[in-house]
Amino acid sequence: MLIADSIKERMNREYKVRKLKSKVMITCSFLALILALIPLFSVLIEVILRGAPVISISFLVKRIPPMGQPGGGIGPAIQGTLIIIALTSLIGVPIGVFSGIYLAEYDDNWFASMIRFISDVMTNIPSIVAGIFGWATIVLTIGWSVIAGAVALAILMIPVITRTTEEIIRMVPDEIREAALALGLPKWKVTLNIVLNNAKKGIATGVLLALARIAGETAPLLLTILGSRFWIRSLTEPATALPLIIFNFSQSPYSSVDWPRAWGATFVLILMVLVINIIVRYLTREKY
Amino acid sequence: MKWRKIEYPLKTFFVKFNNIFNLKSLFKEKNKGDLTFELVCAAIASSILIILALMFIMIIKEAWLSITTYGIEFIFGTEWIPYSLGNEKPVFSALPLIWGTLVTSTIALLISVPISLGVALALSEFSGKRFNYVVSALVELLAAIPSVVYGLWGIFILIPFLKSHVYPFLQQVFYFLPFFQGRIHGPSVMTGSIVLSIMILPTIAAVMRDVFSSVPKSQREAIISLGATRWETAKLVIQYSKIGVIGAIMLGLGRAVGETMAITMVIGNSFNLFTSLFEPGYTLSSIIANEFTEASSPPEYLSALMEIGLILLILALVINSIAQVVVRYYSKRVSR
Repeated sequence: MLIADSIKERMNREYKVRKLKSKVMITCSFLALILALIPLFSVLIEVILRGAPVISISFLVKRIPPMGQPGGGIGPAIQGTLIIIALTSLIGVPIGVFSGIYLAEYDDNWFASMIRFISDVMTNIPSIVAGIFGWATIVLTIGWSVIAGAVALAILMIPVITRTTEEIIRMVPDEIREAALALGLPKWKVTLNIVLNNAKKGIATGVLLALARIAGETAPLLLTILGSRFWIRSLTEPATALPLIIFNFSQSPYSSVDWPRAWGATFVLILMVLVINIIVRYLTREKY
Repeated sequence: MKWRKIEYPLKTFFVKFNNIFNLKSLFKEKNKGDLTFELVCAAIASSILIILALMFIMIIKEAWLSITTYGIEFIFGTEWIPYSLGNEKPVFSALPLIWGTLVTSTIALLISVPISLGVALALSEFSGKRFNYVVSALVELLAAIPSVVYGLWGIFILIPFLKSHVYPFLQQVFYFLPFFQGRIHGPSVMTGSIVLSIMILPTIAAVMRDVFSSVPKSQREAIISLGATRWETAKLVIQYSKIGVIGAIMLGLGRAVGETMAITMVIGNSFNLFTSLFEPGYTLSSIIANEFTEASSPPEYLSALMEIGLILLILALVINSIAQVVVRYYSKRVSR
């Protein structure tokens, strides 16, 4: 009896130690979670505190002044960002979506698995290298231009959209394809009309996320659109964009005039990115 | 059965090769519209391949002058003199840049991996579904914030904080280590590493979380039924998904190596082979971003920047390829 009791007691003690250890480790992991989220809240709070007071209608629509001069706004940068995003999607979305269709629907060959591997690797390509590509192909032939910027960003966008599209199309149930094929439709019509129709919401989400990602890219734009202070009149001219003026204003020596402007532009950019992310969350909420 | 393993892929290779390029047989089997559609899709999909190839060709072409002028010296040299006096040639080299990239990425991983591990465990093992959903969204938001915004935040909020509170403390505690010597600069290698660690954290944490969630429930139930505590269960989960965790870290490293804008804004941008982390430095990507627009005059200057871009591209491709292979191998093993 005595021996059994002592063993029991020892096990109890050991169990308590193990439980304590478990609790400590769980607390640590939640502390890590809090630590990881501090920068997020710090960034958001600072952007709101420093950026929001700068925002006004005239700040949003007026021309960009030279560095150090008061007044003016960031109108051309907002215009530039919107035009570049639109042009990038015009290049990137069709290529990405059709590549995704190919990977999902015709995947039983080595060519498709090679493309899949390359697009996975290209998803994480350094953005500045995409900028170099845009510079070497477009800027050297037609000069600093919006088109060069869009090409550079499209290179970052295509692999992302390809892989999302593929995953979404794979999620379309096979029964739907089989039903349509049984009615005598050729496969390409099934893919274009029925599968794509079922997957369009998912694809739209993927495209939006890719847009949110490229809207904030700065490095490729630095090498392709150069930056200017004026409204964009043609696609073959140098232009500017929100991330670019944030960078330029933050490097300016005129702290009292230009730094608040950088924060104001950041506020607008973050707002765009957040709104896109919230829309995506809203679209995908039922999945969870 | 070894011969089968060798023969099988070769055989499929030739069969598929025939399927793609032997159009005659395809026309017989398939509807014309189908064939056209498949070929159009394949052509568009191959654009990714063409882009990658073109990227290499273009960058090598632009870097050729620098490659032929400096040769292998470029990688091991430590001097960067773009505008030389007299008739001397300008000198370019990349060792301090490679050093900067390696050091910042390593420190970023050292900071980020333990925290990501904690985040991933908290989300996948220690919390309920609802909490998981909300906090996962927040972590993803961390990844959605543009690089340039982190740079701005780094300049105006992080640097003053670190310089006045954290760095003096670090220097006092680790005064005997060579990495924490000398004058403390705000924009420095250490600051760059910290910003980098914040930026790669969501990537690593998200991949780790997915890897942990893919561990079969039966494994957890088995060890819980043996009387394991929650932490012991979590340890088993980590043990089970070791390879996936390595893949996640490699993906984070890939991002760290390629990250440009934020690090350009906080690392101080000075070309030196630093030993102290409080010195300003340079990385492969930040020198391109910082000096590209002013590199017009000697033709070697621009070409040298292109060669740095080439090094960066190769480095990123190698790291990402390894990461992809590792992650694929892991997910195949789990799905079996």
